[in-house]
Amino acid sequence: MNFEYTEEQKMIQQAAKDFAERELLGDVIERDEKSEFPTEHVKKLAELGFLGMMTDPKYDGGGMDTVSYVLAMEEISKIDSSVAVVMSVCNSLVIWGIETYGTEEQKQKYLRPLASGKKIGAFLLSEPEAGSDATSQRTTAEDKGDYYLVNGTKNWITNGNSASTYIVIAQTNPEKKHKGINALIVDKDSPGITLGPHENKMGMRSSDTHSVMFNDVKVPKENRLGDDGFGFSFAMKTLEGGRIGIAAQALGIASGAFERALKYSLERKAFGTEIFNHQHVAFKLSDMAVMIENGRNLCLKAAWLKDQHLPYGVASAMAKQYCADMAMHITTEAVQIHGGYGYVKEYHVERLMREAKLTQIYEGTSEIQKIVISRSLLK
Amino acid sequence: MKILICISNVPDTTTKIKFVNNNTAFDNAGVQWIINPWDELALTRALDIKDAQPGTIDNITVVNVGLADTEPTIRKALAIGADGAIRVNAEPKDTFFVASQIAEIVRKDAFDIVICGIESSDYNGAALGGMLSEMLGMPSVSAVSNLEITNGAVELKREIDGGQETVLTQLPFIAVIQKGIAKDPRIPSMRGIMSAKGKPLQVVEPTAVDSLTEFIGFELPKPKAACRKIDAENVKELVDLLHNEAKLI
Repeated sequence: MNFEYTEEQKMIQQAAKDFAERELLGDVIERDEKSEFPTEHVKKLAELGFLGMMTDPKYDGGGMDTVSYVLAMEEISKIDSSVAVVMSVCNSLVIWGIETYGTEEQKQKYLRPLASGKKIGAFLLSEPEAGSDATSQRTTAEDKGDYYLVNGTKNWITNGNSASTYIVIAQTNPEKKHKGINALIVDKDSPGITLGPHENKMGMRSSDTHSVMFNDVKVPKENRLGDDGFGFSFAMKTLEGGRIGIAAQALGIASGAFERALKYSLERKAFGTEIFNHQHVAFKLSDMAVMIENGRNLCLKAAWLKDQHLPYGVASAMAKQYCADMAMHITTEAVQIHGGYGYVKEYHVERLMREAKLTQIYEGTSEIQKIVISRSLLK
Repeated sequence: MKILICISNVPDTTTKIKFVNNNTAFDNAGVQWIINPWDELALTRALDIKDAQPGTIDNITVVNVGLADTEPTIRKALAIGADGAIRVNAEPKDTFFVASQIAEIVRKDAFDIVICGIESSDYNGAALGGMLSEMLGMPSVSAVSNLEITNGAVELKREIDGGQETVLTQLPFIAVIQKGIAKDPRIPSMRGIMSAKGKPLQVVEPTAVDSLTEFIGFELPKPKAACRKIDAENVKELVDLLHNEAKLI
């Protein structure tokens, strides 16, 4: 067993940290307040290769491992989870699926521009009445011979407006239930696609979240990922990897809040000494440090398993559930350590607390992760 | 055109400085090492020119005098975009030693421009460029804040008292650069980090040079006095303190 990062992994971690501090920190509060999509920031992130960092270089990706991805996600999420989620969706939910299950033609046409960051992707699974229960897809992809006719509505779509390439999960054969579902690559500018308004969210407010409506959208048959009926399995397998990214995001939110709380505790004085010297604050920080270390180890274990091509679904569920719940706890404690200053925007921790909440909900709620974990106990 | 950039491996600028061995040596424990900020800006400027004016610069090589533990810093320079690197396998004892080693590298290969930062952020010797110039018999320009290459001619700008000086030079020469030469250092891209592994990092053994200096001891600056706040209305107290305590007026 080796806990030492490689030279490349350390360099990626530092590059992500430098990027976040130099490019994101300056206007993160303002963008959050205005719900403004970080167009220029994402462009720079793409130029550095972070959007397709795990993709094979022969498709213009970075060729990095999942451990590097976790390290980079943590650093960027310490500062700005709205940008980190763009990176996570592109790497884990869109690019990975096309690279793993796509045909060579699909890879040339769609993967290459996504992996190089020239285009952004989105993953369209959730529906108004199909969130945690992803088998209940109401969106249909009717088989019309050489194309699918897609109708329905998708909800809570990250990158809904900024993406050019969608992966849409839709039902083709309702009688086959989840085995009738397909995953389709859809160009966002296809006729018949309309967007709902930008969602006015509690946190990650500068990430663009929309509902997407499909009205008789024609999708060529060659855009289907995998065999007919593979869509549900495709979505579940994709989400297994996605959880590692969101776990790392939650870890970053937690460690970002922790670093701010620690710094504040060494500056703020009460009763004649820095508040760190009050045991109640010091013990809070001690507990936070242990939890973050646990969370990081869970993320890295899941990433390592994926890199070794070993099963990682349960490990990623554990990492996601633990880190999301931990981030919620730690950001709340960080606000508490800051006192009144923690409740105003300038000190960042209230924003991190709002961001943490979403990690318990999206890409599988904490409760869904517990279903995955508990079922694995019986095997 | 071939450019050689001298890079130092220095502690991160936020490092808490401590000394060991009865205050005669820097405590390396837990220190994160970086490319000396001035050297990194020099590399950034060279890369900016190489990208903006294709064909102007054929090769950018970085050179470092250091033991194997400096290689992550050198790899970062390669990840940012340097084409190759040379490491002189020796502890950089003092500036004379370092200059002697780099001069040997320059004698063996024809570089058109040798660039070094105005100083390193650890020992702040600020002597490398001048020593190299003397050892190699090459002209040097100090405190360079801008470097342009047009049709093979090099134009430099220097900040001087009350203005700016423009200098045209012939090749080869040594440029000692200061801040202003480039805006922000580059962040290595994923592709850059991957390609750094395959770029040449040549390790050469040092030439024998007598060490002319010895560190007798280091002293940390005195801690800053605590900030005293005086009510904005209380000008008399402020004047009293500045006069009697700080003795500034």
